[in-house]
Amino acid sequence: MLERWLGDNLLLFGLAQALAAAGLSLLIVTVARYLNISLFRDSVTALLRGLVQVVAVGFVLLLILQSSLWVALPVLAFMAFFAATIAARRAKGIPDVFSVSLMGIALGAGAVILVMTWLGVIDNSLAAIIPVGSMLVANAMNTSSLFFNRLLSEVEAHVGQIEAGLSLGAASSTVVAPYIQAAVEASLIPRIDSIRSLGLVWIPGVMTGLILAGDDPVYAGIYQLAVMAMIFASAALTSIITSLLVRRRLFSPAEQLLVRAKDGV
Amino acid sequence: MNTNKVHLRVDQLARQVGEQFIVEPLSFEVLCGDVMAVVGPSGSGKTSLLRLLNRLDEPSQGTVCLEGEDYRSIPTRQLRQRIGLLMQAPNLFPGTVSDNVCFGPRQRGVELSDEEVCYLLEHVGLDGYVQRLVGQLSGGEAQRVSLARTLANSPEILLLDEPTSALDEDHKLEAEELIMQIVAERKLTCLVVTHDMTQARRMADRVLLLEKGEVAQLGTVEEVLDA
Repeated sequence: MLERWLGDNLLLFGLAQALAAAGLSLLIVTVARYLNISLFRDSVTALLRGLVQVVAVGFVLLLILQSSLWVALPVLAFMAFFAATIAARRAKGIPDVFSVSLMGIALGAGAVILVMTWLGVIDNSLAAIIPVGSMLVANAMNTSSLFFNRLLSEVEAHVGQIEAGLSLGAASSTVVAPYIQAAVEASLIPRIDSIRSLGLVWIPGVMTGLILAGDDPVYAGIYQLAVMAMIFASAALTSIITSLLVRRRLFSPAEQLLVRAKDGV
Repeated sequence: MNTNKVHLRVDQLARQVGEQFIVEPLSFEVLCGDVMAVVGPSGSGKTSLLRLLNRLDEPSQGTVCLEGEDYRSIPTRQLRQRIGLLMQAPNLFPGTVSDNVCFGPRQRGVELSDEEVCYLLEHVGLDGYVQRLVGQLSGGEAQRVSLARTLANSPEILLLDEPTSALDEDHKLEAEELIMQIVAERKLTCLVVTHDMTQARRMADRVLLLEKGEVAQLGTVEEVLDA
């Protein structure tokens, strides 16, 4: 329908597609308001911000895809920095959370990008490293956000038990271990479910892209699994590194819990 | 009961959060084997004082000396084993009663025998509860398990934060007697926070009255409560 109205102008066609999808999203959040689910402001801001960001990125990619391979390093570092800023917002009560988040995302996604590029799973070109790398960073960010969100909820809900353990002479790492474990597991549920439902519930972007570009659908499917496995590996590594780094920051050097429940328990 | 030897010396101990002093600089001494009731209205800093003594919170100023040694120089985990804290809520860990009782000693690599666990539970009136799941306990039973868990660490000093507040009047007296019996048997130094003046009278040798985080009065039961 849109194609019939807008003709061959690709940019205009793209904008119309984005507007149609965004319009549908806004319609849904408007309906949600009547159910006292307040998403409107956040959704509008996120959609507008997303639009500006992807258009800007499109232009930047046009420029840098012609550059040297090393350009991937600052580009991915820049992405990891912002990913860490966003994930750290989920855990404002934890001291020094930004550096924990940054180390988790950078090491988690970075290690997978490095090894997979070295092995040739990710093609040794900017056109592959940047988009695939950004996917890994973005998923590491989501994992990091989920980890912090769950960890804070667990700690705030169990302040009494944590302090009871401390008051009995337990190490801080011992008393917080069950909640760290729960947070790591919860943060990886979406990644595991994505792999589990691959091809059955959804046909993800990379596979769709390869098929549209004329590649063999079987190869496209297998490569999609490789991408999903890379995403899982970087997410798991991010979650584990973050969990190792964060446990010390929940407590003072004298093993006193620094995070308190919002109601002041 | 006390030996006139100072067990705990609190020296200008204070806790400030932001601009507000939760505990104003406090100084007092507790003798070995002494039972001191800490009384005062809500928000007067009673629980905060116990948390400072167990070093669950860090003092903003001042310190505590345990048998003459600055408690900041004692490894925190060891200090918390020596100064046991029974919180107002039982805060039991998931699992069995036995898991809870064994928790403290296990942190030091000590495994309690079945006989020791049974003895501790018998001591708090919970004979036969060893393998009971904590989810199956009543409020009073949970508080007794919490007491057994604290005692399993063999503390020298026992800090009790409103230990009977969740119990009805009959069970309150029963629990109180039990605690006093254990304190006497083990010759423990004890600080008990209570808002119940008759309980303070029944349990304590001395009374510390706090108001707005400050010491309003300190003395024998008669000196403070009959004044």
